[in-house]
Amino acid sequence: MSIQVRNISKTFGSFKALEDVSLQVNSGELIALLGPSGSGKTTLLRIIAGLEQADPGGGGIRFHDEDVGQRHVSARGVGFVFQHYALFRHMSVFENIAFGLRVKPRRHRPSRAAIREKVLALLALVQLDGLARRYPHQLSGGQRQRVALARALAVEPKVLLLDEPFGALDAKVRQELRAWLRRLHDELHITSVFVTHDQDEALEVADRVVVMNRGRIEQAGTPDEVFHHPGNEFVLKFLGQVNRFHGRIEQGRPVVGTLALDAQAMENRREGEPVEIFVRPFDFELIGAGDQRPSLPARIQRVQSAGPVVRLELTGPSNEPVRVELPHPEAERLDLTVGREVRLALRRSRVFTEDYSI
Amino acid sequence: MSNPSTSSSTARAAPINPSAAESPWVRWVLIAIALGFISLVLLLPLALVFRYAFGEGLGVYLAAIRDADTVAAIRLTLITAAIVVPLNTVFGVMAAWAIAKFEFRGKSLLITILDMPFAISPVVVGMIFVLLFGARGWLGPTLSQWGIQIIFTPIAIVIVVAFGTMPFVVRELVSLMQAQGSEEELAALTLGASGFQTFRRITLPNIKWGLIYGVILCNARAMGEFGSVYVVSGRIRGETDTMPLHIEALYNDYLLTASFAVASLLAMLAIVTLVVKSIVEWKIARDQAIATGDDPGD
Amino acid sequence: MSVIAARSFALPRIRQPSVLPGFGLTMGFTLFYMTLLLLIPLAGLLLAATRMSFSEFWVKGIADPRVLAAYRLSFGASLLAATLNAIFGFIVAWVLVRYRFPGKRLIDAIVDLPFALPTAVSGIALTTLYARTGWIGQWFDIFGIRIAYTWIGIVIALTLIGLPFVVRTLQPALEDLEKELEEASACLGATRWRTFTRVIFPSVLPALLTGFALALARALGEYGSVIFIAGNMPHRTEIAPLLVVVRLENHDDHGAIAISIVLLAAAFVMLLSINLLQWWSRRYQH
Repeated sequence: MSIQVRNISKTFGSFKALEDVSLQVNSGELIALLGPSGSGKTTLLRIIAGLEQADPGGGGIRFHDEDVGQRHVSARGVGFVFQHYALFRHMSVFENIAFGLRVKPRRHRPSRAAIREKVLALLALVQLDGLARRYPHQLSGGQRQRVALARALAVEPKVLLLDEPFGALDAKVRQELRAWLRRLHDELHITSVFVTHDQDEALEVADRVVVMNRGRIEQAGTPDEVFHHPGNEFVLKFLGQVNRFHGRIEQGRPVVGTLALDAQAMENRREGEPVEIFVRPFDFELIGAGDQRPSLPARIQRVQSAGPVVRLELTGPSNEPVRVELPHPEAERLDLTVGREVRLALRRSRVFTEDYSI
Repeated sequence: MSNPSTSSSTARAAPINPSAAESPWVRWVLIAIALGFISLVLLLPLALVFRYAFGEGLGVYLAAIRDADTVAAIRLTLITAAIVVPLNTVFGVMAAWAIAKFEFRGKSLLITILDMPFAISPVVVGMIFVLLFGARGWLGPTLSQWGIQIIFTPIAIVIVVAFGTMPFVVRELVSLMQAQGSEEELAALTLGASGFQTFRRITLPNIKWGLIYGVILCNARAMGEFGSVYVVSGRIRGETDTMPLHIEALYNDYLLTASFAVASLLAMLAIVTLVVKSIVEWKIARDQAIATGDDPGD
Repeated sequence: MSVIAARSFALPRIRQPSVLPGFGLTMGFTLFYMTLLLLIPLAGLLLAATRMSFSEFWVKGIADPRVLAAYRLSFGASLLAATLNAIFGFIVAWVLVRYRFPGKRLIDAIVDLPFALPTAVSGIALTTLYARTGWIGQWFDIFGIRIAYTWIGIVIALTLIGLPFVVRTLQPALEDLEKELEEASACLGATRWRTFTRVIFPSVLPALLTGFALALARALGEYGSVIFIAGNMPHRTEIAPLLVVVRLENHDDHGAIAISIVLLAAAFVMLLSINLLQWWSRRYQH
C-alpha cells in the first residue's frame, strides 16, 4: 500500500510545523523521516496516521488510490508505534496485543481461539514467547518496544508508522533492535515510515531517507544519495560532521587561502565573492613535503587514536579548527605529534551556491 | 481555588543529608510541635466524639440511633447522597474528560467557576435557593400555583447538596487524567477502538482509583453538608432533618449522648474516607512509579 | 467524518483540534449542569442585588453597627486562624516531608480530616472540648480564660477547617524543592537557618501564600463548625454568615443579600489573588 502526501501544511498557533510538504512512499518501502527536533517529522507522521488534522486547503493524504485525509484515525487502518510505546498499563502483554482484535465490530471480530492463535503467533514473531502474561511494567524497554510493535501489527495495518522507535532505549539495545526491525520489514514488507533524529539509524535501516528541517523536506533519497550527494548545506551538515572554510571566487573557481578547488557550477558567481567550502573529516589526506598536490597548511592540536579511526584536531590557515579522520594504517605511516605542521589535500569538497534556508 | 488533590500529597521522606539538615534537637522540637498541634485541633475532637457517644454504654448508643427521628434523618441523608453522588459523578467524569483531554478557550475560566462552590459560604448558597424558590422568591409563587413546593422539602436539600459537592469528583479526576496524558487513548484509537470503547477499556481502568476516592469524598461531603441545608430545609424534625441538622437539634436540646451518637456515625464515615484516600494514594503512587519507572531489565 | 471537518472550519479557534472523541457531549453536559445549578442561581443573586438601591445596600450591608461588628469578627478571626495555619501548617508540612518518625503515616492521613468530617460534628466536638468543663477548657478555666463562646473558640474552629489547605498546598512545593539547592547553599558556607530563610522559604512562599488564601477564603464563609462554639451574641460573637441566616429568618431578604454580596466579593478577591499567586509562582519557570 503506497502513501501519497500532497501539499500538506500544519500550523500550531503561529508556529508553522509543516509547510507545503509532499511525499510519496512506495508500497513495501521502509522510509525514515530524519531531522532535528522541531523539524516537523513527528507532525508529518501523526498527520499520516490521522492523529493530527492537516490545515485545510492542502492536497490530502492517499493510501494507494484512496483519499484518507478525512478519515478518523480509528478507521484509517494504520499501525502506530508511539515513542513511549503507550502500552495499556492495566493490561497484560497478551491483552495489549489482542486489544485491536477485541474492539472490532462483532461481525468482523475473530473468535476467541483465533485471537489467541494470532496473538501467540505475533509474540513469536517479535521473539517474546512466554511473556504473554506479564504486565508492561515487568518488561524491559526493548521488550515493551516489541510489544508495541506486535500490538500495532495485530490489526494487519496497511501501513506501519513508528515515532522515534528507538528513542527511549539505551545504545546497545538500540543497535540490536535496529537490525531486527530491518529484518522484520524484509519479512513482512509492510509499507513503513519511521521518525528519527539519529542519522546513523536512518542511514542503516531505511530504504529511503527523507531529511526534514523547519517544516520542509530538504532532500529525499536512498541513504547513499543523501549521504554522498547531499542536495544542500543543511543535509550535508546534518548527516555527519563537516569542516567549513571561508573562501572566495577567483577566476570562476572557489579558493581557500592559496588552494584553488575544482569549480562546481561557479559560472554565475562574481569575482571575489565570499563562499563557504565544506569538507568531511574523512575527505582529507595528509601529504608529505614532496607531494606537489595543492593543499592547505595546518597544525596538529590533538590526536585521538582510540577508536575505529584516528581523529585529529588541527588549526587551519586562518586558525579555524579542522577535524580530520584517518584510517589507522595511514595514520601509522605518518608522524602525528602535537604541534607539527602538516599539509592537507582535499579528496572531495562541496560549495553550495544557494542559500539552503530558502 | 486549587483544592489539594490526591496525587499531591504523597509524602516521600527525602533522605536526610547531614550537610544540609537540621540538628536532631531542632528536628524533634518541630515534630513535637506538629504532633501537639494536630492532637489539639484534630485528634482530640475526634476522640471526644467517640468517648461521648459510647460514654453511657452501647445500649444507650444504640437506643439513640434507633430513635424514630434519627432513623428518619439517616434515611433522608442516605437518599440525598444516593441522588447527588451519582449526579456529581457523571458530571465529574464528563467535565474531567472535557477539561483534561482537550485544549479550548476559556478553560481556566471554567476551572475557576468550578471552584466557586469551595469559596462561597454555604449559608449564601442556601440563601440563593431560598430567594429563588422561597415563598417570597422569584419562582416560588409560580411553582406553588402549580402545587410544587421546593424550599423546606428534600428537593431543596438535594439541590444545595449537589451545588456544594459539585467540584469534588472533577478535581480528583482532572489532575489524575492530566498526569496520565492521552497517549494510551490515542493508541487505542489507532487500533480501531471507538470513542466509548476507548473510554471504557482504557481511560476508566486508569482513573479507577481517583474516581473511587472522588466518589467517597463527594459522598462524605454530601452527607455532612450543613450550612446550606440548614437554610433551605426548614429543619422539620422527622421530615427535613438530615444527620448534621439532627446532630445540631439534639445538641441544642442538651441530648449530648444522642447527638454524639449520630455524630459518631458521620465521624466513622470520615475515617473510612481517609482510609480509602490513603489506599488510593498508595495505589496511584504505585501506578505512577510503574508507568514512569526505570526498566527492570531483561 | 466530513461533519467534524466542517465543524472545525466553522469554529476554527474555540478548541484545538484533537482526534479524541466526545468533546461536544462532555462539554455540553458540563456547561448545561453548571449553568443550571451554579450560574443561573448566582446570576439570580446578582440580579436581586441590583434591585436594591446603593443606599439600602450601604445601610444594610455595611453601615449597620451589628453587621460591622460581625465583619470585624469574621475577618479578624479568619485572618488570625489563617495565620496560625500558615505557621503550624508549615511546621506540619515540613515535618511530614522531611522527617521520619513513628505515626507519620497516621498524621499524614489525619490532616485531611477537616475535609471529610462534617462541620456539625467538629463543631459540637470542639465546643465540648473547649467548654469550661471540657477536657481542655477546664485547664484554661483555672486561669480564668474562656475559650468556648468567645472569639478564641471561633479562631480554633476556623483553624481546624483551614489546616489541610495550607498543609496540602505546601507539601508538594516542599517535595519539589531540589535538595541540591540546599546543599549548594551549605557548600557556600551558609548556616542552616540562613539556608532556610534565604533559599527554602522564598521558594515555597507562593505555595504558603496560596494555602493561606485558601484557608482564609474557607474560614470567611464557614458556618457549621463555628456556630456551636461562637456563642452567637450580637455585636460580640456573631459571625457574618450567621447574620445572613438571622436576616433571612427575620424575612429581611435585602439585609441577607447585602451581607452575602460582601462575603461573595471577599471570596472573589480570594480566588483572584490565588490565581495571581499561581501565576506569580510560575514566573521563574518557562
